[in-house]
Formats: sequence, C-alpha cells, structure tokens
Amino acid sequence: MGFKRKDLLGMEDLSKEEILFILKTAESFRAVLERPIRKVPTLRGKTVVNLFFEPSTRTRMSFELAEKRLNADVLNFSTSDSSVIKGETLLDTARNILAMKVDCLVLRHPSPGAPHLLAKKIPVSVINAGDGAHEHPTQALLDLYTIREKKGGVEGLKIAIIGDIAHSRVARSNIWALQKLGAEVRVCAPPTLIPPLVEKMGVRVFYSQEDALKEVDIIMMLRIQKERQNTGLLPSLAEYIELFSLTEERLSLAKPDALIMHPGPVNRGVELPAKLADGKRSLILNQVTNGVAVRMAVLYLLLGKS
Amino acid sequence: MSLLIKKGRLIDPATNYDAVVDILVDGEMIKKIAPKINRSGHELIDAANKVVVPGLIDMHTHLRQPGREDEETIQSGTRAAAKGGFTTICCMPNTDPPIDDPSLVEFIYREAERRGSVEVLPIATISKDRAGKDLSPMGRLKKAGVVAFSDDGDWVADSHLMRRALEYVKMLNLPLISHCEDRGLSQDGVMNEGYTSTILGLQGMPKEAEEVALFRDLALCKMTESPLHLAHLSTAESVELIRKAKVSGVRVTTEVTPHHFTLTDREVKSFDTNTKVNPPLRGSEDLEALKEGLKDATIDVIATDHAPHLVEEKEKEYNAAPFGIVGLETALGLVIKELVQTGALTLMEAIAKLTINPARILRINRGLVKEGAKANLTIFDLEKKWLVTEEEFFSKSKNSPFLGWELPGKVEWTIVGGKVVYQDD
Ligand SMILES: [Zn+2]
Repeated sequence: MGFKRKDLLGMEDLSKEEILFILKTAESFRAVLERPIRKVPTLRGKTVVNLFFEPSTRTRMSFELAEKRLNADVLNFSTSDSSVIKGETLLDTARNILAMKVDCLVLRHPSPGAPHLLAKKIPVSVINAGDGAHEHPTQALLDLYTIREKKGGVEGLKIAIIGDIAHSRVARSNIWALQKLGAEVRVCAPPTLIPPLVEKMGVRVFYSQEDALKEVDIIMMLRIQKERQNTGLLPSLAEYIELFSLTEERLSLAKPDALIMHPGPVNRGVELPAKLADGKRSLILNQVTNGVAVRMAVLYLLLGKS
Repeated sequence: MSLLIKKGRLIDPATNYDAVVDILVDGEMIKKIAPKINRSGHELIDAANKVVVPGLIDMHTHLRQPGREDEETIQSGTRAAAKGGFTTICCMPNTDPPIDDPSLVEFIYREAERRGSVEVLPIATISKDRAGKDLSPMGRLKKAGVVAFSDDGDWVADSHLMRRALEYVKMLNLPLISHCEDRGLSQDGVMNEGYTSTILGLQGMPKEAEEVALFRDLALCKMTESPLHLAHLSTAESVELIRKAKVSGVRVTTEVTPHHFTLTDREVKSFDTNTKVNPPLRGSEDLEALKEGLKDATIDVIATDHAPHLVEEKEKEYNAAPFGIVGLETALGLVIKELVQTGALTLMEAIAKLTINPARILRINRGLVKEGAKANLTIFDLEKKWLVTEEEFFSKSKNSPFLGWELPGKVEWTIVGGKVVYQDD
C-alpha cells in the first residue's frame, strides 16, 4: 500500500487505507519533532509555495514549518502581496508561479473547488489548505491523528461536532474522515447553521447540545464567525453563547473521559470558556503540534519520492 | 432562383404532417409541396433519408450585442443558430445598454439584416433600464418590432409593476416573459440547494426561489388575463403549479432548456463552471418532472437560454464564474438524444416545441411548412452522430458542458427565406 496521488484535495475521495497510510507516515515525522534537531533532508531541492487567499496565520505557519522541517524551499504568497487584486485570475497567478519552477502549491481559498481547478489545470501537486466551506483535509488528518494518539483508535467512538456546520470545511472533512475510520458522528447547531440533507452524509443531527453530548467520547467545537448574527442566521451572539457554548455542566453529560477539540483560533468565552480551553481535557495544543507532523507526512507522500 | 428539396421526410407539427415529399422553394417562399416534383430547372437538395422541419425557433437567446461583443455578436450568434438549425431567434434584452428603447431595436434589426445569418426578433425590457421600477415604452417598442417583453436575468420583484406591465401588454397583444427567481431566497447561491451543495460547501439556491416567484406570476396572470410566458422552468413543483393553473384556464405558457432536462446538480461535483447556470441544474426528480411536463403539454416550448461567456471568464473558481452556457448548436441533438430516443416525446411533439409552439406564443407567422409560407426550413439527419467540440462551434464562446458528447441529429441544411445559410460539409 502506498499513496499514489498527485494532489490532496479532500477527505471525501480518500479511502480508509490511504488515510491510515498517511497517519502511519505522520508517526515517524511526529518523532522527528521530539528530536534535538527537528529537521530532515527529505525535500531538499524542492520548492513549495503557500498560496493563501484568506488570512490564516495558523494554518500557514503550520505548513511553513512542516515544509522547512523537510528542508524544502518555501515561498509565501498571500492576498495582500498578490496581483490577484489587479484582476489576474487564480489560474493566471498559479501559472505564473509555476513558471518559476516550483514543485507544490498549498492553496487556501474562499471558493469551494479552487484547489480542484488548479489540480486539473497545472502539472504540480496541489494541497488543499481549505477551500471555502468545502474541505480542509489536513485539519481532519491532524484531528484523526490526535484522537488516535489519545484514544488508541477511532473505531466505535462517539464524536459530536458542535457549531456552524453549514459554513465549516472542518466539519465536512471530519464527517467524511471520522466515519471512514468507524466513528459515529453527530452534528449539533441551530437549524440555520445545519446544511440541508446533511444526514445523508451519515451523521445524526441535534439542535440541543445537551442531547448531542450524551455519552460522547470527543467534542469538537467549531469556530463561530461573528458575522453570522447579521445575516439572519442567528438572532445574536449572546443567544448563541447561551445555547451552544460548552460549559462544565454540559461537559458532564459526555463520557467521564471525554476530550475537547477545536480547530482554532478559539473565541474564548464564545465556543468554550478559557477554563475548558486550557484545561486538562483540552487537546487544542496537541492538535497544533500534530498538525505539523501530519502536514510533513502529506508533503513527503506527494513530493518525496520522485 | 428556385430550390427543390427532394425526398425529405417532412415533419410539420402545425398540421401533424409526416410523409416523404418534394418541396419546391421559389425565391423567399415555399411554392409547392407534392409527392413528386420534376427536378429540371431547379437547384437541388437531396434530402433522401433526412428529416425536413419548419425552421427552428429559439425564443430565448442572449446575443450579447450591444455591450459584450467579445462574447458574442449578432453575426456570430446567428451563425451558431444556423448551424444548430435555428432560422429565427429572439434576443433577450439584458445587453449593455439594455434594449429598452426603439433606437436599440432598430439597431438590432439593421445589424441582423447586414450581418446576420438568420432572423433575429428582439425582445425588449419590461422596465426602463431593466431597473424594475418604471415601465419601458412598450407601445413604441412594439412599433419598432419587438415580439415580447422581459427583464430576463432578473425577476420583476415589484408586484405592482408586474401587474401594470401585464395589464398594459393586453393592448399590445404581446407576451411578457418572466424569469422566476425570488432573490431574497436565492441570495448569492451558485447551484441548486440540496445534498450536493451541502457536501461541496457551495451556497445553494432553493427550488422555492423559483416556485415562490412563479406562484405570484401565476396569480397576476390569472388576475389580469394577460399573456404570460415563464422562462426556463427547472423544478418539479413549478411543473405541477403550471399544470394546475393551465387546467383552471390561466393563460400561461412555459419553456424548458435542454440542459435542464439533460443534467442534474450531481454534475457540479466536477466544479466545472460550465455546470453553473441560472436557474441551476436541479435533482433527478425535477428532470423527470420536466420531461413529463413536456409530454403532457404543461411545457410548451424548448428554448436554449444560449448564454455565451469567454473561456477566461468561465475558467475561474466556481463562485467567481458567471452563470450560463451556450446552447444553440447542441439543442436539437440533445432534444433527439434525451427526449426522442428515450421515448419521452415523439419526434412530432419535440419539433412542435421548437417551431409552431413558440411561433404561436410570439404571434409570428413562422414555424410551419406550407405553400405560400416563408421558406424557413431545417434539414437534419436523425441518426447521424457528431462530436461536440470547441473547434466546431460557430459561437464566439465555447462554454458548454456538452463538449466531448456525441449527439445525434446532425443539421445538414438550414434555409432562411429560401437561402441556404448553413450547409454541413
Ligand atoms: Zn433567465
């Protein structure tokens, strides 16, 4: 079993075997991160471009670190210093960068399918670092990695994803990924933030956090965009906090050893209070660390062999 | 000059005629239709084993002139029409500037006369500047020669204005064409709202955006008893609403596009922006309902909604690409493949929806083959397969989801006013 793809675009079309292979590969890179010298020569001579059309310091830093730990040359390109604002299309931009002889594009873009467009039109590897509300595969991979690390496996776990499911790429990628590895997934949000027919993806829908949390092993809180309250989706942020913020009391409904995850950055006091975010049941920092290892694995599998 | 079309299978839905005959065209007119006409002295078209039908009529074409001549012009659009077997096309007024003034109508007629391959009949806006506020000068526009009024691209959201427009056109005896879409519901949607939009994370346009608008339009049509035509139906519930309205005697007519009875929103999974159309591609249950609506005459017309866009505009991420696809050159092939060959419609029924039905709605003396009528004729090979390619398109734009498809129904000759305007080589 290997990994023979040119691109990593989403979790929907990955097989269970491919996912496990990436996670296995990530384990050895995770070990590298514990060494005194956290660097391997795997991608020496390769150039990776981080092409970010949305502000995202965290994901970009995580990719950049992963690339540097693999000894790749790294170029960062974000909206503010791109010519996109002058009317150049995404494809023009990508082709221009390609002309400088690079090996991989890591793309973050607000439009679903943007990385798929590039993957189809250009010959180098494309990694989807988040395309609109569609997918964020490396986030799902690092979440899987973290869950396996703490729980020993994913099979049979009950996992609740709570928050703005409708606009969340993290939710979509995790719904696919967790179910492929045998977890039972629940989603919970006000009905206006649940996308239509989401149950066809295999999940159970809850409007009440109290019901959703019963007996779960993992609670994944999603970041809520404050703008949602001005578009008819929510009456107010205050009401959202009252109904959907994770509290100690609500947490007590989950299994006694239930753990809390969040893709970050956390709106403290909104999705969950600081006390829980920083508490011993929170995996938020583990997720950040594992993110680097998982991204190293993905870069290695796409670029390392040729 | 006289032209003899020999041994073609003439299908004329206006008279329910289906037989092999000879047709003699003299000058602009059809002079004689008979089982056998002596060939001497005439230019000859051997139509043996071919189908001869009244020249096809497209009552929903975007020609982009004036304003976007880089996408399409009257010249290129009418060449595409001729290649697709259309002899008469109606151009929608959402140009830049919009067709809301007699001078622009005259411009289109002049340009079509000079450079056009087929007949172009302009549709003017319902509202001034297509702004949805005040009525366009409908009486003067009729004098200039428009055949209908439409703010296509937008619904006339102001119910009072729509009511007055419907009342006003009674005097003119011309139809209004409505693009049913409640923007409050469709918002910034880019595809059908449903399971596919959910997994793709693309914003959906619910079917109800069409149905809510359509329901109001039906109510106003009933109230005013004015001729109303509803463009590009896309949902099963729309078909059902129309069916009921027609039974109760409402004077409404409707159309569907070939892409809506051929493709579903599953196609959007490719993120191919040539699947981005408005109204969006819907579900398979809608597609089946549209076919049933065609069969039981709830849907009167097949129209292309030919909407040219440059490759550069379409080669974008899904959210950024414009809506619309070209349709003139693939319509007949899709009708035959998806409706006739599947048994959804007889060839006679299908051709009616491309000829006499739009002619009646537009109150134009077209869409039939008889002695003394204008010689607008389309001759095609029912069986002959052809490959849809960018290179073969006459349209300036190549934005089609059917590139690479093999379609039946190759158009062999298109004749407008006795003149061959397209001939397959
Ligand atoms: Zn329209």
